[in-house]
Formats: sequence, structure tokens, C-alpha cells
Amino acid sequence: MIKMSARTDCSAKESAAIRGGAIILALVTVSFFIMILGHNPFSVYGSMIEGAFGTVYRITETLRKSIPLIVASLGISLAFRLKFWNIGAEGQIMMGAMGATFCALTFPDLSSWLLLPMMGAASIICGGIWGAIPAYFRAKWRTNETIFTLMMNYVALKWLTYLQYGPWKDPAALGFPKIPGFSPNAVLPNVFGLHAGWIIAIVLVIIIHLFINHTQRGYEISVVGGSENTGRYAGMNVKAVIIYTIFLSGGICGLCGMIEASGVNRTLSVGITMGAGYTAIITSWLSSLKAPVIPVVCVLFAAMIQGGTFIQMAFQIPQSAAQILQGTILFFVLGSEFFVRYRVSFIKNIKAGGEK
Amino acid sequence: MKKFTFILILVLSIAISFTSCGKKAPKTADGKEVVMGFVYVGPIGDGGWTYAHEQGRQFVEKETGIRTIFKETVAESAEVKDVMRSMIDQGATIIAATSFGYMDFVVEMAKEYPNVKFIHCSGYKMAENMGNYFGRIEQPRFLSGIVAGMKSKSGKIGYVAAFEIPEVVRGINAFTLGVKSINPKAEVHVRWTHTWYDPAKEKEAAKALLDEKCDVIAQHQDTAGPQQAAEERGVFSVGYNSDMSKMAPKAYMTAPVWNWGPYYVDQVKKVMAGTWKAESYWEGMNADIVRLAPLTANAPDGAAAKVEDVKKKILAGTFNVFAGPIKDQSGKVRIPAGSAMSDKEQLSCDWFVEGVVGKVKGK
Repeated sequence: MIKMSARTDCSAKESAAIRGGAIILALVTVSFFIMILGHNPFSVYGSMIEGAFGTVYRITETLRKSIPLIVASLGISLAFRLKFWNIGAEGQIMMGAMGATFCALTFPDLSSWLLLPMMGAASIICGGIWGAIPAYFRAKWRTNETIFTLMMNYVALKWLTYLQYGPWKDPAALGFPKIPGFSPNAVLPNVFGLHAGWIIAIVLVIIIHLFINHTQRGYEISVVGGSENTGRYAGMNVKAVIIYTIFLSGGICGLCGMIEASGVNRTLSVGITMGAGYTAIITSWLSSLKAPVIPVVCVLFAAMIQGGTFIQMAFQIPQSAAQILQGTILFFVLGSEFFVRYRVSFIKNIKAGGEK
Repeated sequence: MKKFTFILILVLSIAISFTSCGKKAPKTADGKEVVMGFVYVGPIGDGGWTYAHEQGRQFVEKETGIRTIFKETVAESAEVKDVMRSMIDQGATIIAATSFGYMDFVVEMAKEYPNVKFIHCSGYKMAENMGNYFGRIEQPRFLSGIVAGMKSKSGKIGYVAAFEIPEVVRGINAFTLGVKSINPKAEVHVRWTHTWYDPAKEKEAAKALLDEKCDVIAQHQDTAGPQQAAEERGVFSVGYNSDMSKMAPKAYMTAPVWNWGPYYVDQVKKVMAGTWKAESYWEGMNADIVRLAPLTANAPDGAAAKVEDVKKKILAGTFNVFAGPIKDQSGKVRIPAGSAMSDKEQLSCDWFVEGVVGKVKGK
């Protein structure tokens, strides 16, 4: 018989061994798949690493891909600390991007010094409200936030589709459904070869870390996340804590939308998130919701995506095969989390009639 | 943990030693390697648009021996910039971006990388180092309209179309003119899908048209979804992009198809010779960049002869698909007799000819 029990005694060394083992197992499994495709697994893996970190350009590219993941993961981690399962980052990113785009399209000639902060503020408010709606319902009527936030993603997606095909369609595009590009004033400047989103990401990591560990508000989140009743007995306004925390969580995700729209896309489209809102759920979970760990995990994750793109071109592996590769690695790594958190032991058959 | 690090280093060093072997490649006159990158909007196995470009890429490799790289399923968003940068990072010196929605991003990249040459398919923007290319697919579309017009008994033909852009609108018009050259009372019913590549959605759109009593299905889509809908309902179809006879053997009659290979080879040769210049390439059947796929046994009797007749006139330059008189949907004459639609009018065409049932949005 197999017995599973929760464990809290997993040492850092042990958990590193489990995670490392999972990655090796994943690589071995995928090797067979690569061989079936007719390639040498060593050269494919080597190229993946080379493709992600091989040159300055590639490192920049990897970092560029990690920025939305870092920002969205930070946002999600706040909600998860509260045990509020915010699956709605995707929609919050979209709404944030929409808020930023509204400012960019309405005031294209405003100076960057005014326009960019304005876009940032708009994105935080839009993303925040999008998160606060399910939070209000959860706080007030205990609705299921997982389903609610997930559904809000679809609403946001359809809303963007409407804007792109309707009122915001670029009249200069001869009928092609796209939203006009931003004016140069609305584009985040490059700092050291990478759009300024990386500075925002680093500042956010520090702020969130301080907020969680060194402020009263941050402490309240941990308490209410641990047990709502404890918070209530301690005299906290639990409903208010839930609503403003999720507003912050959604707001940060919204800011991620602004960074992507302004720094990368220079316009808004339905594909703006590239799935960052969902990927960030995984990365923030893998980071154990710790702000300083999030950038590390996100950069590794971005390296996997960037390396995956690289090998597709270098080896002409089909897109679907590269995704299977990424998916398998992810499966093993996430699977290993189970063994970090639970102990699995085999128990010999209990003798008939015996109590133990 | 140390052991793990050791193994990792071992694996990496083996891997890197594997990757460092290269081969000799054709070069330009001043000694630079020519590498061509292809950005595809769908998977190469779509059996349509991207498949046709992929055939062109393979033709380039065979004819010129240069190294080519491609990336499939690239969204018409900022993702395409990442992909192009990545291609340039891997040595690409000329990049073909094969979908309309890439246009503005290609313009951006052309500015960022003045030494790389870009060719953009089906667009209208240009730069010093960015050309565009397309073919007069309207010519074989007109011919396919003849086949459809002869086959349809109900006089109602369904047309599954992607986006309300001039390229698609123009194609629908040419097809309809072809149909009406046989049956002046026929109607072409249009359904928009707002996607280039979505087999299920395109199939559903075709089914909706069949429910409206259309008995021939034509398409401006990248997949064979509409063909399969026709096959399932036991009616007939006209494909697009590539020969789709294998996907719908009992329905498929013919298709206007692309032959990109010679154009791509020509571009590569110009790059190698150092004579490449950004140009706007837009040729028709006489340059063999567009063709009508061979008619199958599903095509109506006599269609082959009729098509051959018009085709000869097109090749001889005596027949213009968009020659007047052409009326629009309201019955107003837009192109008077004795004149023809100019290239500029074709490139910005946003109205349907008489006989089309459907709307160009916003009109």
C-alpha cells in the first residue's frame, strides 16, 4: 500500500536534489522523442542553451521575454499569498494594456514624461478593477474566485476583440483589423538595449518584497491568507484586505499589460499577452510566492521559451515538437513539487484483525 | 549536488562540440554568406498558403544551395519581430515575411536592420531595404469562377473568406465575375471567418453556407476545412493556394494556386549578385507565379475547354479580369465599358461587384 503524507521537513539540499533529478529525468525522456525526430539530443539541448544565453543579443532576448512573466508573477503572488486563486492575470493584463492604449491613442502628442506615467496609472486602475470585481464578490458572497477570474479572462479577450475589429480599428489599414500603432511618445525607451520595463520589474520586486515582509498591510495579507478567522479575531477588516490586495494584484498584472503594449508591441492586439498570464501562475508557484525568487525562475522559464524558438529554426523542428519538449520539462518539474511537499512511503500489508 | 553540476558541465561541453560543425555555403560577391529566413503564419502542413510558401523555400534550397531557415505559426503580432530578430541572429540576410498582418512590424525591422533585406508578401508598404511581392491570383480565380459557375445548379455559390482587406475583396470580385461570365444570375454568398488558419472555424463557415443552399464552395483561407465540409455534404468545391485534391477527392474540382519558387530564387540570385533592390513585384499567370490547378474529374463537362480558352486570352494579354463594365452591389457602374480597374484601385478595393451577397464591413 502506498501512503502519502504532507511533509514540512524537506531540507534545501533534499529539495534541490528532487528538483534536479526531475529535470534530468525530463531531459532523458525528451531525448527519446528528439531521437525519433532524427536529431541528436545533445546538440539540441546544447543549442537550446546557446540559443538562450549564447550571445549578448540572445541574453537580451531572454530577458525581454522574462519581463512580463516577472511582473505578472509578482501580481499573482500577492493574490496567492491570500489563498485567493487568481487565474485572471491574463484578463487583467489585457485590461491594463487596454487602459494604457486608450491613453496612448487619445493623447499621442503628449510628452513622454507625462504620457508614460499616465499610461502606467491607467493600466494599474483598469487591471486592478478587473481583479477587484471577482474579489468583491468573493468577499461579499463567497463566490468561487477560480472560476470567476477565469471567466473574466474570456470577457476581457472578447472585449479586446470587439475593440480591435470595431471602434479602435486602424482606418489606415485598408480594412485589416488592427489597432493603430503608438506614437513614439507612448513607447517605453530603451535602457541598455532593452526596453525600460526591466527597471520597472526590478523596482517592483523590491517593493513587493518590502511590502510583504516589512509593512503592516503586507502582514495582514499573510495572516488573512493563513486563516480568515484569525484575521477577524485580530480585528482586521478581512473583506477590505481581500479587495485591496486583489486590486493590487490585478493592478500589477495590468501594469504588465502596459509594459508589453508600450515596450514590445507598440500597439494593442488580442494576442498581447502571449499567454503570460497563465505561464506566470506556474512561475509564481514554482517561486514559492517569494518575490526575490520570482526573477530567477522567470528568467529560466524565458530561457526555455527562447531556446525552444531557437531550436525550431536551427534544427527545423516543428513548432508542436518544440512545445512538447517544453511541456514535458514542465510536467516533470511541476510533478517534482509533489515530492517536495509530500512524503510517499510504502507500507506492508496490514495483517487481518490487527489494529496496526 | 556536485555530481549533478559535473554531469551538467559534461553534457554541455559535449553538446557544444556537436554544434560547432558547419558546412560551406554559397556567398555573395563580397564574400558574405546568404541565408534566407521564411516567416510563416500557419504550420507548413496546412495544405494551403503556408504549404505553398514552404514548397518555394525547398525550391530555393534545391536551386541555389543556400541555407534557409523558417519558423511556422507566427502570430501577426509583435511576436513576428522576435522571430525575425532571432533569424537575423542566426545569420539570415534576407527574410520573407509571408502574411499581410506582418507589414508594420517588417517596416519597423527594416529600419532597425538596414543591412538585412526584407520582402513582405501581399502588403503595400516599402522601404530602402524592404520590398513587397504578390501575384495576380485574380486571374486563376476568375478561371475557377468559370468552373464553379458551370457546376452550380442552384446558382448559389458559397465563399469562405478570411478578412475584409482589398486582397480578399478583390479575389471575391474576380471569382464572382468568373461565375457570372457563365451564369449572369448566379450569386456568391460570402462568410467572414476573421482567421487565416483555423480549420474548424472555416469548415463551420462552409457548412453554414451549405445550409443556405449553396452547392459549390470556394474559399480564401489557408486550410482545406471548407473543402472537407463540401466533401461531407456531397457537393463540390474550389480550393485555394495548393492542390487540395487529396483533402477532398470527391468534392474538389480545381484551385487558383501559387508558385512562389521561381520568384524566391530570383530574389536570392539578385542578393548574391549584389543587384538586389527593393521592388514591388506583382505579376500574373504569364510569369507563372500563379496558376490554375489541373481540373479533376469532379469538374463539369466542357469546363476544361472553356477555361483553356480564357486562359489563352489572359496569357496573350487580350483579356483583363477587371475590364469594364463592372457594376457594384447597388447596380451602379463603377468601371465603365472601355476601361479597366487600375492597379491602384485594385490594391485599395473595398466594394463588391454585383452578384456578391455579403458586406465589406463598415460599408
